[in-house]
Amino acid sequence: MLPPFELLEPHSLDQALKMLATSESVPLAGGTNLLPDLRARGEAGGRFISLAALDQLHGIEHSDSRVLMGARTTLSDILHDPLMPTAAPSLVSMAKVFAGSMVRNAATVAGNICYGSPSADVVPPLLSLDAELTLASAAGERTLSLNDFLLDYKKTARRPDELLISVAWAPPTTATANLFYKLGRRRGDAITVVGVAVTITIENGNCTKARIALGSVAPTVFRAQEAEEALVGGPLTATTIGTAAQAAAQASRPIDDIRASADYRRHAVHMLVRRLLTEAWQTAGSQHD
Amino acid sequence: MTDKETQMVTEKRVDIQVNGQACEITVPAWRTLLEVLRELGHKEVKCGCEKGDCGACAVLLDGKVVDSCLTLAWNAAGRSVTTVQGLGGPDNAHPLQTAFIEHGSAQCGYCTPGMIMAAKALLDDIPEPSLKDIKRGLSGNLCRCTGYTRIFSAIQAAAETLREQETTS
Repeated sequence: MLPPFELLEPHSLDQALKMLATSESVPLAGGTNLLPDLRARGEAGGRFISLAALDQLHGIEHSDSRVLMGARTTLSDILHDPLMPTAAPSLVSMAKVFAGSMVRNAATVAGNICYGSPSADVVPPLLSLDAELTLASAAGERTLSLNDFLLDYKKTARRPDELLISVAWAPPTTATANLFYKLGRRRGDAITVVGVAVTITIENGNCTKARIALGSVAPTVFRAQEAEEALVGGPLTATTIGTAAQAAAQASRPIDDIRASADYRRHAVHMLVRRLLTEAWQTAGSQHD
Repeated sequence: MTDKETQMVTEKRVDIQVNGQACEITVPAWRTLLEVLRELGHKEVKCGCEKGDCGACAVLLDGKVVDSCLTLAWNAAGRSVTTVQGLGGPDNAHPLQTAFIEHGSAQCGYCTPGMIMAAKALLDDIPEPSLKDIKRGLSGNLCRCTGYTRIFSAIQAAAETLREQETTS
């Protein structure tokens, strides 16, 4: 049984933002995180704002230079979007191994981001794509990078009166490889042990941009920036890839828990970053052969 | 913002269609679709983990498979719910139900209703699934008896039957 709570059901975004501004409340989207949490805590008296009726938060828009995804986009929506395999290959790979079918039909992109978990699988792919978030409140809108949004363990830059309304990024070009790998105890329905997303651009045989995002190995999902810097400016070789993988492992601050030890996680970061960078070089690099 | 908007609504009348039948219930916000369905007598919908891990409570909501333990009854208002009973019974079994029996895909049977609903959603989406598609489609359903092999083979057989029915009808 869920403990008693209050559920407000706004019919428009304006109404929802007014409610967020004037009542202490938490936005409720798919409920796949919040409801089990509420059950586990058993505390009565919370107040939620249902986003179910806010149609303007649905939908994915594609243009050549930008993908704009409504905050209520579900993991299933990502899998069913015909343009997503080129607009964000890493996001599609991620959605395939995200929980199970029922949860994928309910869980939303915004919910996964705003919950602020280090194991949020939606985050590494979007972080590697330099995604930007738009937050709305009764006072207006602001846009900030996903990187700046993630502050600490389950702590984000969202103010209590704000609602994440959309996520946007520039789709990768053919010169860019965008990959994701989730290491879990089983292929489906598992919390991530290590999640890695890389976005690597190769121009004229040299790496011109590198992003490496790591999940489940620090209080938040984060970018291994030293590892990224080790790659830019030249071709990816066994040496530079090795240096970057080492730097990514060193930047990780994993913990021992029920799923894996910190040592294993650090080792897995090294191996997975090396593997994904090698694959990225083969795919993006081959565009110029 | 008016007082009316902030006023706590504790109970609400919710109309839902369950297996084609109109049902009217009055429930507080924190009641789940799972609880409501079982109170309405739909004991074929099982309660397992209540966390979205096991899939025993899976039902179709407007054709999409969801965990009814993570669906608030209020959010099912005006929508149509299908449980395994809505697919068919002993006299008019759905090909998935027949295949589960023929392939010995149930042992204790507790996961079976959810398995069949997830499989139904999968076949609606992908009529000719690969083994990989089936595994992905059922990744939110746990079975602790069968080892899954017979569940997968039943779904493959049912997919074939459904495709044959499609071409002959």
